[in-house]
Amino acid sequence: MFEEVAKTAEGDLVINVGPQHPATHGVLHLLITLNGETIKKVEPHLGYIHRSIEKMCESLTYRQFIYVTSRMDYLSAHINNHACALCVEKGMQIEVPDRAKVIRVLMDELTRIASHELWWGAMAMDLGAFTPFFHAFRERETINDIMEETCGARLTMNYMVPGGVMQDLHPDFQRRVKEFLVLYKRKIHEYDEMVTGNIIFQNRMKGVGYISPEDVISYGVTGPAARGSGVSSDIRKLYPYEIYDKLQFDEVLETAGDSFARYLVRLREMDQSIRIVEQLIDNIPEGDFQAKTKAVLKLPKGEFYTRVETARGELGVYIVSEGGTTPYRIKFRSPGFSNLSALDHMVRGGKLGDLVASMGTLDLVIPDIDR
Amino acid sequence: MYERIITVLPVKKIKEKKQNITVWSFADISKTIDQWLNDWVGATWATVFEMVIAGVCVIGLFALLGLVLVIMERKVAAWIQIRLGPNRVGPKGMLQSLADTVKLLVKEGMTPDGADKFLFNLAPFIAMIVAMLLMAPIAFAKDFQMWDLNVGVLYISAVSSISVISILMAGWASNNKYSLLGAMRSGAQIVSYELSAGLSVLAIVVLTGSLSLTDIIQSQQNGWWIFKGHIPVIIAFITFIIAVTAETNRAPFDLAEAESELTAGFHTEYSGMKFALFFLAEYVNVFIVCAIGATLFLGGWMPFHIGSWEGFNHVMDYIPSSIWFFGKTFFLIFLIMWFRWTFPRLRIDQLLNLEWKYLLPISMINLLLVTVMAIMGWHF
Repeated sequence: MFEEVAKTAEGDLVINVGPQHPATHGVLHLLITLNGETIKKVEPHLGYIHRSIEKMCESLTYRQFIYVTSRMDYLSAHINNHACALCVEKGMQIEVPDRAKVIRVLMDELTRIASHELWWGAMAMDLGAFTPFFHAFRERETINDIMEETCGARLTMNYMVPGGVMQDLHPDFQRRVKEFLVLYKRKIHEYDEMVTGNIIFQNRMKGVGYISPEDVISYGVTGPAARGSGVSSDIRKLYPYEIYDKLQFDEVLETAGDSFARYLVRLREMDQSIRIVEQLIDNIPEGDFQAKTKAVLKLPKGEFYTRVETARGELGVYIVSEGGTTPYRIKFRSPGFSNLSALDHMVRGGKLGDLVASMGTLDLVIPDIDR
Repeated sequence: MYERIITVLPVKKIKEKKQNITVWSFADISKTIDQWLNDWVGATWATVFEMVIAGVCVIGLFALLGLVLVIMERKVAAWIQIRLGPNRVGPKGMLQSLADTVKLLVKEGMTPDGADKFLFNLAPFIAMIVAMLLMAPIAFAKDFQMWDLNVGVLYISAVSSISVISILMAGWASNNKYSLLGAMRSGAQIVSYELSAGLSVLAIVVLTGSLSLTDIIQSQQNGWWIFKGHIPVIIAFITFIIAVTAETNRAPFDLAEAESELTAGFHTEYSGMKFALFFLAEYVNVFIVCAIGATLFLGGWMPFHIGSWEGFNHVMDYIPSSIWFFGKTFFLIFLIMWFRWTFPRLRIDQLLNLEWKYLLPISMINLLLVTVMAIMGWHF
């Protein structure tokens, strides 16, 4: 019996982390080769939650397929919908009203904050601190309540449609967002006191999961994971969409390239999102929330690509149209997939405990990887 | 020089004049029972009955402590995590752990295929037996002690070392890689941290000049060691708390059952009552190490006295000794629970670094300081 436990080709221990495992936050399967506690190889196995969303989209009309994309990266559902709506608008050359643009950006940024809040809690929980999870949810629930009031849903909102947003903002929206801003500013220092400044946490994170800027580019890592290595990759700054070019916010960059740098980037990014929300919440222009569009949308023949910055990185939507009411072929470039590919590079030679520290900072959402 | 140590220490002990503490004693009750049994069934059977009574007391206390500590942990966690915690079963959810126990009792205790059945089923009992054995020399109140052992401290450090065997056994016999990793981590951890726990306990032994827990408590009549022993004893106390947190596998040192890395570590394959025994043993171990900490550093059941405040001291004496003991113990338990819900987990190499590079040298030098202090009689 004891021989069976230890037996592998080179005498290493191969363990399966997942598909059911607390650290993977979903049905990710990692095949880990261990030498004692040291990781020799990590091999991600995908497909446990593959729902063939891209294929499903081919049989759905341009109005319908957006709803399916909420189920990809469920933590930034608004931003996924936004990317798809942008792509259809690009093809149809629909001019979106100013009010809709502002509402979309507001919703995107609130989603980003909510997503980072959840990530922060889950990150701390991966490292064995359970309390931050509940503290993160305290603020996140407020955002979910705001979403619920305006969009009717808390997680898969399906609020963005080609030409604008589904319905106008709830009358209470501005008041409740301002309440949230007050709450956030009153509580955010707790995040630093509880986790960031903790010596155990810093020791676990610093120098762990290092990835160089060159490797970031060659693996196609995007989002906060890339910015932690000092690679400027914020689509909102580099290829501004909607009204991001008119807004005042900074791209958060850290140069250390380790888990702690990626952690700091995400934490500081929440502050930047708060800045954007503060700029917009009192300046929502009057007007239509949706452009007048035809009942049946038909994209002209051709290929269309848009990209947006989700909470996890760059989301690309690529539509090939044959001129019909449904896309001929659709492809999503999801951030999680590329980020996961760098995991092996990051954790090789580290300890088993470093795996969760590195994987946590990549902020993987498994349905986003598998689609 | 060596002889001087030996001669000085007892002198110091004799110097403390024996005050008559007016704390209410359990000795009256136990003596009455002993007398009655001896009159009724004779000396031999009286001893047998007394042993049975003591055994029932230990088992009862074991179960009761498990229930109380589990609900306490959940309530403390809820309080720290801004939520309510269990609040459905019984008044304010206080019977929740009773309901959980019933659930665990009726659950099937599975033994996985390929497991070493004998060792797999034996491991939880060893964990429990160790926890029960450790209760013997602890003085729960004045004259309320199962076994007044003259080498109580030695007994505790010897018996508590056995607990690592149950964890290694469980991890090894489960035929599960997570369990094996957890057991190996735990083995390295417990063996390392026993050193600094032992050294910090030795500080008090050196000051008292006795290994008996009763003597150690008696020596704190005029003040607890944490107040009498200057900074070295405070250092020893802090080292002790860190080391026993690690020894009982509690967060931030819960690497043996690191949830996000090893799912449940060494007890991944256990279910039903066998899991519950591990669970109970963990909590009772926490109680025991806190009780030892309270006995050694916080005066056990000794009431809190301030120098020459006669009135104040008199009032303190009226509080029953068991309340003093349990109050101090539960304060330390609360401290350890607070750690658990505040800190992230250490990594295995950091864990061992902390012990071998920091705690062990510190407690060694500290022991030297305490010894010098004891020889020179610098403590109060």
